[in-house]
Amino acid sequence: MTVELGHYVAVSGVIFGLGVIVALGKRNAVAVLMGVELMLNAVNLLLVAFARFGAAFANDAAALSGHAFVIFVLTVAAAEAAVVLAMAVLVYRRRETVELDRITLMRW
Amino acid sequence: MDSTGIVVGFWVLAAITIAGALGVIASRDLLHAIFFLIVSFLGMAGLFVTLSADFIAVAQVLIYAGAISVLLVFAVMLTPLVSRDNGNSLYIAPGALAGLAMAALVVFVAVDADWAQLSGDALAARSFPDTAATIGELLVGRYVLAFEVASVLLLFALLGAIVLVHERRDDGAAAARAEAAAAGDEEAA
Repeated sequence: MTVELGHYVAVSGVIFGLGVIVALGKRNAVAVLMGVELMLNAVNLLLVAFARFGAAFANDAAALSGHAFVIFVLTVAAAEAAVVLAMAVLVYRRRETVELDRITLMRW
Repeated sequence: MDSTGIVVGFWVLAAITIAGALGVIASRDLLHAIFFLIVSFLGMAGLFVTLSADFIAVAQVLIYAGAISVLLVFAVMLTPLVSRDNGNSLYIAPGALAGLAMAALVVFVAVDADWAQLSGDALAARSFPDTAATIGELLVGRYVLAFEVASVLLLFALLGAIVLVHERRDDGAAAARAEAAAAGDEEAA
């Protein structure tokens, strides 16, 4: 019994699917952000798994480009979380709710 | 990757990660959902360790399990009235359908595909003895432009977050105008 690339891809796909369910199916804006973070995490796992198992890299430095990409994903995720949570606080101050079903100002 | 420790570690950590993600969906209290999310993040950090990505695993624990979860808890604290509820929206059924379909598709492809992957001695040879040093050289070498752009992005995210939540407490007239504008918005809605 060995662990191969396919195992990690499968786990990543399951985490991504669960993140989609959270992001689409939750009412609270903070919960939706949690779903997005789960999806970003799944992508990180995919990048790291391909860096470890991928056969097309010439050397270690080329393979570690995947790790550098993960660092950038972490950066963007942190920036996104900070801005989204500030927006949630602002919306709560104005409208007394962060439930996305009830923020209907722009609904046609 | 066929030593018993790696195999057992992979399955245990994958179970922890997926169980944490399921807990985020199932729990009714948003704070409990955040704690399940932290469990999922820590399991993911363990999966990174099984992939010889030690620096990424440490960064995962610091940034996701540390900083982002604290941000989420603060957001729950700052929006007190409704924010403890983790209820489902109107779109839970199509969302669950889309998520499960996507997961099933990826799992099918992952099991079915014949991946061009390393195995045996070639896999053991690529064990990344110094990830942090090589990642650092890549960040200030080949990816230096993206690195600088990311620093500017972080700066503007910081400024944007401060500007968005800033309240002018000292200026009564401005606060009154803001109140009036907010009331106008309410009437328009």
